[in-house]
Amino acid sequence: MEKGPGVSNTDDNDTSSNGTTRRGFLTQITYAGAGLTLAPLLVRTKNILPGAPPGSAETSTINLTVNGQKHALNIDERTTLLDALRENLQMTGTKKGCDHGQCGACTVLINGRRINSCLTFAAMCQNSEITTIEGLAKGDGLHPMQEAFIKHDAFQCGYCTPGQICSAVGLMNENHVHTDADIHELMSGNICRCGAYQNIVDAIKEVKNIA
Amino acid sequence: MNDILGKPIDRVDGKLKVSGGATYSAEYFPKNMVYGVLVLSTISKGRIRNIDTNQAERVKGVVGIMTYKNSMSLHFPQGTDPGSGKYAEKDLLPLQNDRIYYDGQVIAAVMAETFEKAEYAAKLVKVDYETESPIFDLKTNISKSYKPSSGGSQLQLKRGDADAALQSADVKMEQTYTTPVYHHNAMEPHASVAEWNGDQLMVYDATQAVSGVKSLLVSMLGLLPEKVKVVSLFIGGGFGSKGFTWPNPIVTVMAAKMVKRPVKLVLSRQQMFTTAGRRSETIQKIALASNSSGKLTAIKHDTISESSFVDEFVETAGLATSMLYSCPNVEISHSLVRLNKVTPCPTRAPGEAPGTYAIEAAMDELAYQLKMDPIQLRLVNYAEMDEQRQKKFSSKNLKECYQRGADAIGWSQRSPEPKSMREGNYLVGYGMATATYLANRVASAAKATLYADGHAEILSATQDIGTGTYTIMTQIAAEALGLPVDRVTVKLGDSDYPRAANSGGSQVTASVGPPIRAAALGVIAKLISLAVSDTASPLHGHKEEDIIADNGRIYVKNHTDRGESYTELLNRKGLQKLEAQAKTNVSTRDPQGANPAPTGGVDAAAEEESKTNPAVQEDQNVDRKLYSFHSFGAQFVKVLVDPDLGTVKVDKAVAVMDVGKILNLKTAKSQIMGGMIFGIGMALLEGTAYDPNNGRVVTRDLAQYLVPVNADMPQFDIQFIDKPDPYISPIGAKGIGEIGITGMTAAVVNAIYHATGKRVRDLPVTLDKLI
Repeated sequence: MEKGPGVSNTDDNDTSSNGTTRRGFLTQITYAGAGLTLAPLLVRTKNILPGAPPGSAETSTINLTVNGQKHALNIDERTTLLDALRENLQMTGTKKGCDHGQCGACTVLINGRRINSCLTFAAMCQNSEITTIEGLAKGDGLHPMQEAFIKHDAFQCGYCTPGQICSAVGLMNENHVHTDADIHELMSGNICRCGAYQNIVDAIKEVKNIA
Repeated sequence: MNDILGKPIDRVDGKLKVSGGATYSAEYFPKNMVYGVLVLSTISKGRIRNIDTNQAERVKGVVGIMTYKNSMSLHFPQGTDPGSGKYAEKDLLPLQNDRIYYDGQVIAAVMAETFEKAEYAAKLVKVDYETESPIFDLKTNISKSYKPSSGGSQLQLKRGDADAALQSADVKMEQTYTTPVYHHNAMEPHASVAEWNGDQLMVYDATQAVSGVKSLLVSMLGLLPEKVKVVSLFIGGGFGSKGFTWPNPIVTVMAAKMVKRPVKLVLSRQQMFTTAGRRSETIQKIALASNSSGKLTAIKHDTISESSFVDEFVETAGLATSMLYSCPNVEISHSLVRLNKVTPCPTRAPGEAPGTYAIEAAMDELAYQLKMDPIQLRLVNYAEMDEQRQKKFSSKNLKECYQRGADAIGWSQRSPEPKSMREGNYLVGYGMATATYLANRVASAAKATLYADGHAEILSATQDIGTGTYTIMTQIAAEALGLPVDRVTVKLGDSDYPRAANSGGSQVTASVGPPIRAAALGVIAKLISLAVSDTASPLHGHKEEDIIADNGRIYVKNHTDRGESYTELLNRKGLQKLEAQAKTNVSTRDPQGANPAPTGGVDAAAEEESKTNPAVQEDQNVDRKLYSFHSFGAQFVKVLVDPDLGTVKVDKAVAVMDVGKILNLKTAKSQIMGGMIFGIGMALLEGTAYDPNNGRVVTRDLAQYLVPVNADMPQFDIQFIDKPDPYISPIGAKGIGEIGITGMTAAVVNAIYHATGKRVRDLPVTLDKLI
């Protein structure tokens, strides 16, 4: 798939857009050692026009592992994880509903924990395993939560659905659910305007009982 | 036929939606695309004295800034209906002059290489305003109200003499009910991607009307229809906000022209509060009169709602009241006050949602005043016909809805006295209300193609905004084609397909189902005709009417073995495919109404072919002018109210809906439940607050504008009468997208009264109003 601006797949030998080769990039990381997260921030492009407003164009190369695949991105430092996924990696399964952490449509899993990717800078996620909706299925087989969402009609328009499912999968790891009311409460960070809430709870209950 | 209609099959697009594979309009990446971000006005009235883009232009990566000074000129749009293209604000085309009519009006668009740069630069656009005094408060400007010219006679209705009947009545109930501004807040923000290739224009747009957006682009930009294509494969909800066309797709297309590159422009959640419509605030005065046994002798329903200075939209809250109950003296009026706010637009059940709240709360008040069971009051005044239009209802089984709903909620266990029931510390209340919405149907067309490998494809330029249209249309097509659902692919959301209904007014199922069915039957008729005239076919020489299609085969009725498969026949004849088109020119909408039916547009091939399609002809021959088309239902609610904190929890919600034949029980229940949740939001949580000093929206995000969340959910029980409406279409299904919200708000408010003895007439019922 053709990727968005500033993206290179680190499994390729291509030159990434800021001029580092894969080998060179990996060397950089190795040398950076414990300072791994900070190292790419040093690879900064000084391309601000004279007299331009501050902060108008700072880019960095960052390294993201999404659904097990590594990507090097030369992106604006202000880029949220959500926008890095959607616009740079063109993985649009993760949705933008409010961009302010109020709706949950952008929920992804970071090291198995659910987070709002719109409130997270991409640069903060470099040592993390990021799992998005695209990474839940194994081959052709859907994740049990995805199957349960279909069976229980736990969505209508489908826009909040990737966030709901990632949130539900994250919920399973949290061991807080003892009653139906717990599911209702702990899924309340994910808004569904179509109103599939009851069906979402039914889907989660089914998966919980199998697990 | 394979009996697939009504089956609760899983959504056909389910796998795509749960795996992130469904592509919404912001999810296209034409080569060289740039990002657009809108700049909105921060005053409510005045003009732009100066707009300074210098700083913004100096941000590296900015490729263009469009304001009224450098944007292309637009033509005024033609058309007033969303199906044929309704621009939301006819007198305020985007970026055409320096005038500001409301806070949050589009005044510039900044395009840059990345979203971050565009967003940053947009904040650097400096605007110097010449400010005038706006008016933005409805309640203090009632003296400026006027009777709208749009909608004509239908907005001011009268039968008998309501004033005289009120004067002489035994029992009277007069109250005023108010509802705030509500915002749709679909989860997917409005989004457009526009790409020019020479004079060819491709637009991906989040819309409830692909044909409408196309028509507007053609008329506003002066383009040739054949050069414009609008696509909307998946829409993340609309609820009316994507029905009329707002500035965003037009500006995106203008911007793409200006910067000579494809542009993606997505509204922020905050921007959706002022540039993508809203539901008008309403002030509804209801007067009821009855005799001592509850028989209504007069109903008056006067609605004042808002409009803007740049268009006219009427929240038709009183329309349903004109036919809801049997009553000799009825007067309905609608007035508007123009305010410096974005123009209101349809919001889920426009008119009926706030209207049924007011009339059904008023009926509840009258019932308590009469010391009568609220259901009994409704039965005493049951309308056997539409008394305003003097027509029979096309179908109505509302009494059964009341009965089943009452049984499901446990109405008989309720003690009638307010504040008489408790569960632990909570006050318990039961409430009910009647639900109703128009059973709309408009002209639509579709094309069916059967391929030699045995699969079929349906094309129609309606769209699935999340309601399940892909799924039920697949069921309708599969049933008519005699194929399993997995052999049928329904393609929607592309303006190149045969023109069909916009997704509004709960009309898609009733409008688009019949032409899909007719086109599918047209294909089967061609297939049968081929077979009987083919000497190599086992069906050779049989009468066409003796042959039926099922499970991919055509055969002689009652002789399954005497026939052949579609694929055998097509392959033997050397045909790769068989096609048929159909257009059903049917409307149940009032031509003089506030929202007239779209003409459906020109679709010459479909119209020509339809002349000889028996399914179309039979459908069109039904004399629908004889009937009044509505859906009905009954909503029942049990609430728990904390007497110390004033918090309200909806504990149980029951709906029994009479909406014609149910095409998919699973998606239908979801639709009704979604509507009921909207109703809970209206009753308890939602309402847009404006700054009283300057008319700007205060609650412009989802942390401040509260929509129902999972923790707010009651236990639901949703049932259907499931009897086909014999007159709406051969399928008998009516739309169900909107009726779920109607009645629900009143049922909640009525239950709160029963629990607490407090009658709140100003929505939403927040805790401060109960303590």
